Amino acid sequence: MDLSRRDLLESFSKFIILSGAARVGMESLCGAAPSAEADKYKMADHWWSMTIDISKCIGCGNCVRACAEENDVPEGHFRTWVERYFVQDADMEHPEVDSPNGAKNGFPALNRPAGKSYFVPKLCNHCADSPCVQACPVGATFDTVDGVVLVDEKYCVGCSYCVQACPYGCRYIHPTKHTADKCTLCYHRITKGLTTACCEACPTGSRKLADLKNPKDPVHEFLRVNNVQVLKPQMATRAKVFYKDLDGAVR
Amino acid sequence: MKKILRDSGHLIRLAGVFALGIAIFLLVRRAIVPPSFGQYGHYRGAVLEEMRARPVKYAGHELCEACHESVATAKNPGKHANVGCEACHGALAAHTEDPSGVKPVLPNVATLCVSCHEADSAKPAHFPQVISKEHAGDTSCTACHNPHHPKPGS
Repeated sequence: MDLSRRDLLESFSKFIILSGAARVGMESLCGAAPSAEADKYKMADHWWSMTIDISKCIGCGNCVRACAEENDVPEGHFRTWVERYFVQDADMEHPEVDSPNGAKNGFPALNRPAGKSYFVPKLCNHCADSPCVQACPVGATFDTVDGVVLVDEKYCVGCSYCVQACPYGCRYIHPTKHTADKCTLCYHRITKGLTTACCEACPTGSRKLADLKNPKDPVHEFLRVNNVQVLKPQMATRAKVFYKDLDGAVR
Repeated sequence: MKKILRDSGHLIRLAGVFALGIAIFLLVRRAIVPPSFGQYGHYRGAVLEEMRARPVKYAGHELCEACHESVATAKNPGKHANVGCEACHGALAAHTEDPSGVKPVLPNVATLCVSCHEADSAKPAHFPQVISKEHAGDTSCTACHNPHHPKPGS
């Protein structure tokens, strides 16, 4: 067989182009075919977060109770809790913070008009760059494709590195399972099209589940229109719980 | 040829040991690493399905309103229009699955209303709040207010 270098290159490039075209053709064919899993939850279509409006929180503790009920959170531990801040005049460095039993039974009435006070609900920030995920030595804590930080309790060895790594104090070791536990952003609910238990139970709409990948989600307007902050931005965790009207004294 | 084989025998035996070692490693790894590990990342992919399978306890107000439409209509014009049913009535997914078997218990208004409306200087100033003892004494809230449409006389 007598092949010049030119012939060889020509036929080789033809082969590459044609096989590529065939693959594209196959993909478009397969993609056009009706899929049996059309209505199945697609992780890649979501990027979950939460918005919290401080100016709406009344510290009733409904979210804490709902979370405990929905997720069987053990007594004395919290996946979400509410803190009450009291700041005296310019003393922003030393706010007085109380959270009796995580506000599960609400707060005793406070009557101190001489300073500034407000409630701050807290939960896992589902950080995009989570320190807890980086600290886990066994791959039990992970970021999902849809932006939720979860714990695999069958894989967790209970070393509690993640509990120490979380800058927001959102994790605890489950007293009977002896594994790390935390807010799952109600993963069993949000993947079925429901909102989280805390958002469902919040009477003032202070908390709202948000899907950053959904262009119709009101979160985009919320972020555009309001003064919004995340907790501890200096930690560069890319936290995804966005607080409206958060005071500078909040830690 | 024979001489080469004989001389390199120790290399072939060494290669055999390595091959056996690798085979054992692969077998052990297959036995202890779950098949779904690495499906989405450095974790067990199957855990996502396990978590999704957990039961829901709060049904969501849309489901409540599917049957109790009249309550939703009554609530709509009032201040409590956007308060979810289960914010006061508690988690009731069990009731939606078995409406006649699981009956919701009426909330105790003596403790329920004040859990939101008792005055507290940390609450937003625009939020309606009262010092319950001064506001009503020992009178029940529901003597004047309808919880689904709380403005008195409406």
